[in-house]
Amino acid sequence: MSDVVEKTLTALPGLFDSQTGAARITNRLRQLIKSITELTSKHDEEKLIKQELSAMKEQVSSPNTTMKQMREVMVRAMYCEMLGYDASFTYIHAIKLAQQGGVLEKRVGYLAVSLFLNEGHELLLLLVNTVLKDLQSTNLIEACMALTVVAQVFPKDMIPAVLPLVEDKLSHPKEIIRRKAVLALYKFHLIAPTQVQHIHGKFRKALCDKDPGVMTSSLHIYLQLITESPDDYKDLTGSFVTILKQVVGGKLPVEFDYHGVPAPWLQIQLLRILSLLGREDPSTSELMYEVLDESLRRAEMNHNITYAILYECVKAVHTIHPKAELLEKAARCIGNFVLSPKINLKYLGLKALTYVVQHDARLALQHQMTIIECLDHTDYTIKRETLELLFRITNAQNVTVIVEKMLDFLHGCNDEHTIIHLVGKVTELAEKYPFFEFAPDNSWFIQTMNDVFSTGGDLLQQDVPNNFLRLLAEGSESKEEDDQLRLYAVDSYLTVLKRDASHLPQRFLQVMSWVLGEYTPLHESVDQREVICLLTKLLDQRSVSSETRVWILSALTKISEGQTDLILELAESLSSSQDTVLRQQAQELCQLTQDSQLYERVLPRGAPWDGMEVDSSLSFLDGFVSEALAAGAAPYKPPHQRQEELCEDRALNLEPYSFSLPVSLSSCSITDRPSPTLLSVSSGLSGNSTELSQKAGSSTLSLEGVKRVWGKDGYLRQNETTAPLVDEPNAAVQASGQQEAAERSEPQPEPSTQNQDKQQLASSLFVGLGAGSSMSLLGKSEAPPPRFRKKPRPHSSSSSGTSERSSESSSHCTTESFLYGRLLEEEPATSISAFSHNPKSSTANGLARNEDRRTNTSQILGGDLVLVRPNMIQDEHPPPGSSDLTALLPADLKDLPHSDVISLTSDPSLSLSSCRLFRDEALLLVILISNCTETEIKDVAVQLTCDELETASLRGNVMNCLEGNSTSVCHYALLMDNPHTNVSFTGTVSYQTQPGHTNTLPFSGTLSTADFIRPLVLTTEEYGKLWLTLSHDVKQNLKLLIDASDPLRTTLNALRDALQLHVVDIIGSEGIVACRLLSGASCLLHCRVNGDALAMWLRSPLPALPDCILYHCQRALAQH
Amino acid sequence: MKGQESLDVAKGRASNVTGFLTSAFTAIRHEAYAHGIECNINLKMQFMLLFSRQGKLRLQKWYVPLSDTQKKKISREVIQMVLARKPKMCSFLEWRDVKIVYKRYASLYFCCAVQDQENELITLEIIHRYVELLDKYFGSVCELDIIFNFEKAYYILDEFILGGEAQETSKKNVLKAIEQADMLQEEAEAPRSVLEEIGLT
Repeated sequence: MSDVVEKTLTALPGLFDSQTGAARITNRLRQLIKSITELTSKHDEEKLIKQELSAMKEQVSSPNTTMKQMREVMVRAMYCEMLGYDASFTYIHAIKLAQQGGVLEKRVGYLAVSLFLNEGHELLLLLVNTVLKDLQSTNLIEACMALTVVAQVFPKDMIPAVLPLVEDKLSHPKEIIRRKAVLALYKFHLIAPTQVQHIHGKFRKALCDKDPGVMTSSLHIYLQLITESPDDYKDLTGSFVTILKQVVGGKLPVEFDYHGVPAPWLQIQLLRILSLLGREDPSTSELMYEVLDESLRRAEMNHNITYAILYECVKAVHTIHPKAELLEKAARCIGNFVLSPKINLKYLGLKALTYVVQHDARLALQHQMTIIECLDHTDYTIKRETLELLFRITNAQNVTVIVEKMLDFLHGCNDEHTIIHLVGKVTELAEKYPFFEFAPDNSWFIQTMNDVFSTGGDLLQQDVPNNFLRLLAEGSESKEEDDQLRLYAVDSYLTVLKRDASHLPQRFLQVMSWVLGEYTPLHESVDQREVICLLTKLLDQRSVSSETRVWILSALTKISEGQTDLILELAESLSSSQDTVLRQQAQELCQLTQDSQLYERVLPRGAPWDGMEVDSSLSFLDGFVSEALAAGAAPYKPPHQRQEELCEDRALNLEPYSFSLPVSLSSCSITDRPSPTLLSVSSGLSGNSTELSQKAGSSTLSLEGVKRVWGKDGYLRQNETTAPLVDEPNAAVQASGQQEAAERSEPQPEPSTQNQDKQQLASSLFVGLGAGSSMSLLGKSEAPPPRFRKKPRPHSSSSSGTSERSSESSSHCTTESFLYGRLLEEEPATSISAFSHNPKSSTANGLARNEDRRTNTSQILGGDLVLVRPNMIQDEHPPPGSSDLTALLPADLKDLPHSDVISLTSDPSLSLSSCRLFRDEALLLVILISNCTETEIKDVAVQLTCDELETASLRGNVMNCLEGNSTSVCHYALLMDNPHTNVSFTGTVSYQTQPGHTNTLPFSGTLSTADFIRPLVLTTEEYGKLWLTLSHDVKQNLKLLIDASDPLRTTLNALRDALQLHVVDIIGSEGIVACRLLSGASCLLHCRVNGDALAMWLRSPLPALPDCILYHCQRALAQH
Repeated sequence: MKGQESLDVAKGRASNVTGFLTSAFTAIRHEAYAHGIECNINLKMQFMLLFSRQGKLRLQKWYVPLSDTQKKKISREVIQMVLARKPKMCSFLEWRDVKIVYKRYASLYFCCAVQDQENELITLEIIHRYVELLDKYFGSVCELDIIFNFEKAYYILDEFILGGEAQETSKKNVLKAIEQADMLQEEAEAPRSVLEEIGLT
């Protein structure tokens, strides 16, 4: 007895401690929360939390902390994180808690994980095993928690690990598990659709689940799938309709009701799915008319939830193939929304209207007075939605009023996102209708854009000013109108500049200076001196950015003619500027004004600016460069090459001097040059000022180019307006517009208390929305034809951006120089016939030549090096009795280009030799096994291993029996995915000369990249396009074979013969060559004669390929 | 202007400069998109915030992966905007490219960010259903319940909305799931209360 008492007593302190401890902790969270709510200053809070966090840190790192205490700490950590303090030291403990704790701890741990970490967090990987374990747990709660966390945060890469388990859960007896599993799969589908493709069948099972909850969850997946490809799921329409019918008919258990409405969420989901399925599909739509009608009818109760369903119904009715009866009912519904005194419903009504006016603009007419009211609503959200609606119903007649309303809103708005959004819309409208038909002059467009520029300011997308300037510059068909517009622009900008210009956004100033520079000379009544003075004044302003200064100076250059005194003064003042670009431009300006002949050449008067050709290859400098080179200047090296060489200098060079091996090259080119493109950009931007000013200069000159770089969106929009080039007489539009205005005023309800202003506004807003013109409003593309039409331009309408264009221009300039360049050889060297591995004829002649080469190479390389190269094969041990083993090749392979047969190894009974056959998609390595004895050899088996290569297929590697003095053939089709300069393979042949006695014969050999290179046949244009898409490039100077009459051609032909390249074109001193790695990655080579060297520029999608090819080129040339 | 080009050109060979620039710019733009709130995942609900009239955050649940700084910035902005709204205004707000739907219950604001095309009214009802669930669980819930038992509020939310989608709309089923998990808690904690009764604490 006393024993027991003693035991209890000794145990008591521990019990006591842990209990009070736990209680204290619970209290601690409460205390923390309490004391924080009591605190008044942010500073005190910070202090308190800091204390708390350091206490927690201590606690989590202490080994004595129990799981229960940890749980409490975790809850406190969540609280601190919610207050915005960093408790990241607890993240790992959250994972631990989920891993090691009991159910209770797991619950907290999983919650903390889902709150703390997001999908990309690396710690989540540690959770994968825990999740796997819990998914397999028989405890329902644990499985639930695991599924919940999977559906919330789970690393994408680890999905395959849990997928089978989650899939299994789809047939779990408990509906809660099935439901969560479906949602987890939905999440997987969202983040990694390809991973769950194979279980689409199981989704159907979930859709048919007897539990409504599981079925509802599966609809999330179906909505997503149907959004992606509605056509694949048309067969389910019937099922969805049946489900909706049952739901609407109240067949679901009452627990799914929400305020008396049966399963509203389910209904809405189904309505969305149906509208997607019925879109532009009359027969499918037919199936759902009845149930839609039923839904519209049933949803009559005056509660938010019924309105939510009604809204979806209306949208569905307008999305599917139209049915007049339903449309009418839907329109009445919209009326209920819009006229509702509840502001939320009004908002949704506006939203519904915005949606439906796309299909039928007349619907807006019925509610015009409400719309006007909403336009002046105090609520910003309502106002904005109304503008959205107005934007949709804009036509040529109401555009001024609507744009005015939008600009009004913009003036009072300070939210960046809204400004950008709305300014885009205004610009779109303004550009669509640049000449307002009823305006007395062209001022509207310019004024509107002025407003856009001054309010939108520097938040604007770059394409807004670019588009505007393009529009001005390219003009319409009528020269007179264009000039009027331009002159007006000049006038209005002068007015703006005469006022205080210091607050104007930079973008606006840039636009102004471009227009002034370009069009001031057009304007006779404007004093050029005044313009120059204004621009000069602008230059002096502190608020003007240096980019804008460049624009201004360019403008000044254009209008400087005859104003030598002013310009010289300006150039003088700028010559001491800190900005090198400005200084240089000022210098140029100075030179130009003093030399009027040069000025005339540089800036010819009245020359169309879009006809300008830019010689991007700078070929006109060739003379200068070659002179400089002759005078002993070092050849130009691009910055990244310089950097490479620097690296090489720094490291010890262990390579032989004759060729720089790509091993070192590739390592430094990969590590030290993270991205060649980025580097080249920085070299284009920084570095010498000439390059910079070129960039700035070109942005003022050829806006066209700049725009293409940036403006895909802008471009598309532009296209949209240019698309409808329907020539419709303007008079007709005008007349019909007036007619409609008359028609429209008739059915308009007479509002008793509306004041005259609103009436007037309404008539100006809704003009042109009558029956007649609604036709043209059905689709945006069918909007009334803008009078301001762009000139069709020969090569500008594509929206695919620079790549196409610059390739176009580059091909243009190449063909141009091609015309002037001499075609030296009769053989154009562009066809595949130039292929080097001409099937080897076994004539004595051919062999002799090879023999020659062989001795030649072995002199250079040393005889012991086994060089595996086409046409340069050492047959050191010609297999006995088989001078021409190629005759043994299978018939289907005989015609393929192949190398010589080289001996691999031999022993008294067997001799092995190999031959490489160059198939288009693989390298065939043929191993010839000859029996040198008189007796037969049994069970011959060849095994080949090579880590770097992939064996696509093999044939004949096992033979039961090889007769005396015969030869058997086995071949491997090898693929190279990642380029390696040289690849060695090893292998063994096992055979039995006597039964039970197995011999093995090892062999090895080398293959080079060159064996895997195939010519890539393409045209010069294709080459140009491809060149721009490739990212990895390497440059190197190679030896030029100068002793020949045409060094470039000889060198390229030598490379072609050695490496199976395809010479695409040779133009003057440049040649372009292409090849690919089997049927995979391509590599393009650009060669240029540079003094005594061949400047080679290689590009490829694979980083290592150019280096490998370069290496082989070097070797090939060294052997010449 | 034609000649200026030739005047300005660099002396080195720099063909295809535009090509380089294009790819660099697109790379920059892609990066910019990756850092915005734009998310390729097409989730219905992006996040949910509960905050007090004083702007104190009481609960936050993010359904899109964002960094902590982004979360802080977004919640600060959203809270400010919602608090600035007048009572007669509508419960919806356009913000960046999402819709903010909010509703005030006593001193607490419930606020959801949903996709632009989403039906705002149904989101409002989701908020309401959540409040109903809290109310049923706590028994006439008040702000203090949520402050002191915020982890419970999270559990309920996780049973109701999973991965940005309504998981279970039946009130009964949600509460059943929560009760089952809570029962475990009581079992595990039961021994302690017995000891407490003995007077060891």
